[in-house]
Amino acid sequence: MATKTFQYIQSGVVPIPTENIDTDQIIPARFLKATTREGFGNNLFRDWRYDSDNKPITGFVLNDNTFSGKILVGGKNFGCGSSREHAAWAISDYGFDVVVSSFFADIFKGNALNNGLLPVQVSEAFLQKIFAAVFNDPSTELEVNLEKQTITLLSTGESEEFEINPYKKACLINGYDDIDYILSNIDKIEEYEKR
Amino acid sequence: MNLEETKNMGKTLFDKIWDAHVVSTKEGFPDILYIDTHFIHEVTSPQAFNGLRQRGIPVFRPKQTVATADHNVPTLHQDQPIKEELSRLQVEMLTKNCAEFGIELYGLGHPYQGIVHVIGPELGITRPGCTYVCGDSHTSTHGAFGAIAFGIGTSQVEQVMATQCLLQQRPKRMKIEVNGQLQKGVGAKDIILYIISQISAAGGTGYFVEYAGDTIRSLSMEGRMTICNMSIEMGARGGLIAPDQITFDYVEGREFAPKGDAWDKALAYWKTLFSDDDAVFDKVYSFRAEDIAPMITYGTNPGMGIGVDEKIPDAGQFSDQEQLSYKKALQYMGLQDDTPIEGHPIDYVFIGSCTNSRIEDLRQVAEFIKGKKKADDVTVWVVPGSKQVEQQAIKEGLDKVFEAAGFGLREPGCSACLGMNEDKIPAGKYCISTSNRNFEGRQGPNSRTFLASPLMAAAAAVTGKVTDIRELI
Ligand code: SF4
Repeated sequence: MATKTFQYIQSGVVPIPTENIDTDQIIPARFLKATTREGFGNNLFRDWRYDSDNKPITGFVLNDNTFSGKILVGGKNFGCGSSREHAAWAISDYGFDVVVSSFFADIFKGNALNNGLLPVQVSEAFLQKIFAAVFNDPSTELEVNLEKQTITLLSTGESEEFEINPYKKACLINGYDDIDYILSNIDKIEEYEKR
Repeated sequence: MNLEETKNMGKTLFDKIWDAHVVSTKEGFPDILYIDTHFIHEVTSPQAFNGLRQRGIPVFRPKQTVATADHNVPTLHQDQPIKEELSRLQVEMLTKNCAEFGIELYGLGHPYQGIVHVIGPELGITRPGCTYVCGDSHTSTHGAFGAIAFGIGTSQVEQVMATQCLLQQRPKRMKIEVNGQLQKGVGAKDIILYIISQISAAGGTGYFVEYAGDTIRSLSMEGRMTICNMSIEMGARGGLIAPDQITFDYVEGREFAPKGDAWDKALAYWKTLFSDDDAVFDKVYSFRAEDIAPMITYGTNPGMGIGVDEKIPDAGQFSDQEQLSYKKALQYMGLQDDTPIEGHPIDYVFIGSCTNSRIEDLRQVAEFIKGKKKADDVTVWVVPGSKQVEQQAIKEGLDKVFEAAGFGLREPGCSACLGMNEDKIPAGKYCISTSNRNFEGRQGPNSRTFLASPLMAAAAAVTGKVTDIRELI
């Protein structure tokens, strides 16, 4: 079954320089009661975004019109904690296509890739450059090219290459998923079971 | 290194099990890994079942899939319909899905119901040498039996339902050794909190960990499960411990454990499951048991832990970038850097979760609090990991001990570990918790969590503040 495809993006940036952003922050457990994949964007970063009376908390970046775009940039060790795929759904549902950090937790990275959300891991130095550029000029844009595996800070032209598993890259570009691939190997699975 | 040399090199336990489960491997692709048992629960499965429906395919091996309701269930009055509507719908959906796809469900009211990582081992479903996955990151618990077990996302839950396999990149291998004699009052939970505090909440990312050393070997299965459970809190994919006589004795005779000839055959295989002496790990850490004090966390990730007699670290020792996150964490917790944590008042005590809700944990707590009473303004919840644990506790009279001390013994579920049901810690309140995560809002919006061992939690319940258990035993 086809998932979202991804090839290239040029967009503004939403920066959250906090380290160790865990999936409980991205989407708190009490919002995991839905039985479909849609609608989680409304509760993305819920407790950072709204106070206990459901009023927007001023100062949090998602409540601040200064920053907008389809690229979320977070501090080191992004997506640690719970394996809830709802975290990737929430980020994607909110409208992000790319998450950039200097380090991603394993399960989050896998979940993102399975949902057409591209995790781009950059060096800590490049990450800090992005934060500095965006806070200095919120209209700063990044360019992410999946084919070439590059991310570029357009204001300065500085660029870095990022890694991605070649199989996963092909899946993203062509919009096919793991299940299609494993299902095409079902005879091998049945053979294995007879061993 | 040529192929011959690689062949003759020793193998890690992890690689032995992984290799035995590879269905197919292809250059540039992740391995197709066979999964022996798939555990599912109400929260991360509904979208996966929907996916199967959309594809028009069945669950490939329903007999190798085991379901329970745990994350979202109330821990009082489980015999009555669930009051909260969305929770009820999710649990009903699981029941309906399991019936439609032919999956055994240990739902509410079933004598085997409980937290998925507690029931697998106690039913003898979890065994050495096998592979387990579940849409829950603490699936690593099952590694205590010398198995490969790890958490997956919902797309992968669908993948395993559809094919009984998972596309997986082989992780790197890490060995963590702990040797020596533990201090009195220090146990498995302190060991793992100590390890995470040393290597950080991201120190294990990309690795699968094998825990070794004589301290680890001396632990009961319950203790080993506590250790493996928290592997994910250092970012590791999972953790495992080579099986030995303690493992075999635990598994033998359990409901779904192999019997008769099948047992003998299984046992002979299990005895081959250890890392060869010359096996190579990508990273090795070594710790001394004597260095480990009763641990407690002060921050908002499990790596932010200290010995209970230590001070909260001085912010000045971190880089500017790190200070930002560090100060945010302390502010959330309402704590000051460079001050002691011992003596800090607490409001709630939560003894439960897949980390510490097994019968041994409850026995340990009961033995300590016998003849004592909880402090007046402290609320104490004891939530057993499963129906079987609850029944065993009642049989041993532990419920009476809890009652006399002012502790409430509730019914099984994840409860305040993630605050999905009604068991939430109110905003601003402090909870000393035997669970595994102290993230912001984990136990309820704006709740504040101190992670610790069951004994440390019980000690705090009695004194009403963070207390060094060594002073009370
Ligand atoms: S007890 Fe907590 S950590 Fe364990 S399975 Fe339940 S929610 Fe996850």
